Amino acid sequence: MSASATPSQRDASPPSRRSWGALALALPALVLLVVVIGYPLATIVLRSFAEPQWGLQNYGWFFSTPINLIVLQRTFAISAWVTVVCVICAYPFAYAMTAVGPKLGLLLTLCVLIPFWVSGVVRTLSWVILLQDSGVINSMLRSVGLDGVRLIRTQTGVVIGMAQVLLPFMVLPLYSVMKGIDLRLVQAARSLGAGPIRAFFTVYLPLSLPGIYAGAIIVFILALGFYITPALLGGPRSTMLSTLVQNQVLSLLQWGRGGAMGVVLLVATFVLLALAGPLMRQKHKQGTR
Amino acid sequence: MSETGKQRGAAIDLSAVSKAYGSFRALDDISLHIEAGEFMTLLGPSGSGKTTTLNVIAGFTEVSAGSLQVGGRSVVGMPAHKRNIGVVFQHYALFPHMTVGRNVAYPLSLRGVAKTEREARVKRALDMVRMADFAHRYPSELSGGQQQRVALARAIVFDPPLLLMDEPLGALDKKLREWLQLEIKRIHRELGTTFVYVTHDQEEALVLSDRIAVFNRGKIEQVGTGRDLYDAPETLFVGRFIGDSTVLRGQSRGDGSSTALDIAGETVTAPLKHAGRGQPVMLLRPEKLAIRRPGLGRNDGDNRLSGTISEAIYLGSGSKYEIRLRDGSTAIVRSPLTDESFTIGEAVELCFRGEDAKLVADDSAADTTLT
Repeated sequence: MSASATPSQRDASPPSRRSWGALALALPALVLLVVVIGYPLATIVLRSFAEPQWGLQNYGWFFSTPINLIVLQRTFAISAWVTVVCVICAYPFAYAMTAVGPKLGLLLTLCVLIPFWVSGVVRTLSWVILLQDSGVINSMLRSVGLDGVRLIRTQTGVVIGMAQVLLPFMVLPLYSVMKGIDLRLVQAARSLGAGPIRAFFTVYLPLSLPGIYAGAIIVFILALGFYITPALLGGPRSTMLSTLVQNQVLSLLQWGRGGAMGVVLLVATFVLLALAGPLMRQKHKQGTR
Repeated sequence: MSETGKQRGAAIDLSAVSKAYGSFRALDDISLHIEAGEFMTLLGPSGSGKTTTLNVIAGFTEVSAGSLQVGGRSVVGMPAHKRNIGVVFQHYALFPHMTVGRNVAYPLSLRGVAKTEREARVKRALDMVRMADFAHRYPSELSGGQQQRVALARAIVFDPPLLLMDEPLGALDKKLREWLQLEIKRIHRELGTTFVYVTHDQEEALVLSDRIAVFNRGKIEQVGTGRDLYDAPETLFVGRFIGDSTVLRGQSRGDGSSTALDIAGETVTAPLKHAGRGQPVMLLRPEKLAIRRPGLGRNDGDNRLSGTISEAIYLGSGSKYEIRLRDGSTAIVRSPLTDESFTIGEAVELCFRGEDAKLVADDSAADTTLT
């Protein structure tokens, strides 16, 4: 990325275009975003205050019902775990993508993209096959004489399944940042006296942070709203908020309560983003030439 | 300072060093001794092995064969970060996520230098490159020349006995380059560190160096002071790479004490014996050649060749002429301003004294690698 642009490229930024012309290019997507996302969102917010009567009763209900708070907290906890697992798995993978030759690199890219082409339901069901008590993992454990572990209908199972589905969203931003990192900077660090591990932690890792931030935010936010995977892999003790919303809206027809839950999740997400924002901006400033 | 400094430099010994990439020999049996505190320039065209040599010394590239000693200690197999050698790169290689001050402090932090001493040494190093006011800036906020000066400060702040510079001024414009050359020369004098400097710019090499090693196709052609290389090139390649040269080729005759060349019907002689292998050619520096109008002031003992002026360039301090000789080759002559001037197309005679010519072995590869 920009972090490693050579000095000679510095002055090559294009002349600024007239902003209105550029805005016209964004119009189709803007319409989609405003109408298709904005209208239902506004409706949900409105109904969370308006149904069954005007007032804050839906929010009062949400915050006074312990199960809601437990599930909200769990939703954030599971999403955080998924993000951590994704970073740990994606970081070396993305690095490998930048380090291998073009042919192997293409193969690794395909490995990242193939899951995108398979329906999420199919992928989650394949996790059921792998994780269930008589599934592949437990059979293998038992065949080498170990006790089986309970994976299906546990939080661990949900985290594993969600991390697998979300991994590409971590790998791709990381890869795009990493392939722009000038490895000659690492060589310079070596010449200045840094061993390979020091050079990694003082130069390579800080320069790859924008990729970690970008990937982590995408994964975390997508994880907060996950529905299928926790529903199929999880049990009653790994229910996430989207399941509760679905329950309220589709089973109990409580649009107001479902809406309030959605709004709470949305606001909580915004608060988190606002907290992470300054950190990211700072890193960006430093990394920009 | 320079007295104590002189002892800080490390001597370098490369002995029979080779580096092969598959069948390509990037370095072919290189031997080179660099004195402690010396400013040695590795000069050559791209792909000649000069940068590979630098990388071998820095520890970025392992040798395929041969030995390498820095400060009397073999460093073969020693990883780069343990060699304690400063390196300045053409691409600056400043860490974009650190301020100038933290960039320069980096090698000191790695060595566990305490904070107060670290700050003092960072300041001293930045003072030396005249960048002390920029300690809180990020590299992206500096110009190329400023970045390179910071990179230099970072490479000397930990007092390495040896500083390697890989075309450090290659990306800068001419004016800045000339100024920084003098800065580098001053810093070398003040530090007493051994400097090994890679460049393809022969003028830069002449300005900076105590001695120059001329590289060509993975071998060292000649090592010597700038004057040695200019006045007494040992190979055709060196003669052509350092300064302008006129190369005279022809049918050779030797009689034990002198060598004569027949060039398209004209004969020139030099009181020299050709010692090398292969056909001898004569090398002449532009200021050793003179131009005369034909038939004027014949001076016996002078060599003369007829030709026509093909290019006349006014240089201010004098003039430079290119003369097409009868055999189709071109001679380059530089004459002082006071001399009469010649016009393009004019028939002239080219004169020189035989003892000003240098005899070297013909080497057709020397021509092709120059482009």
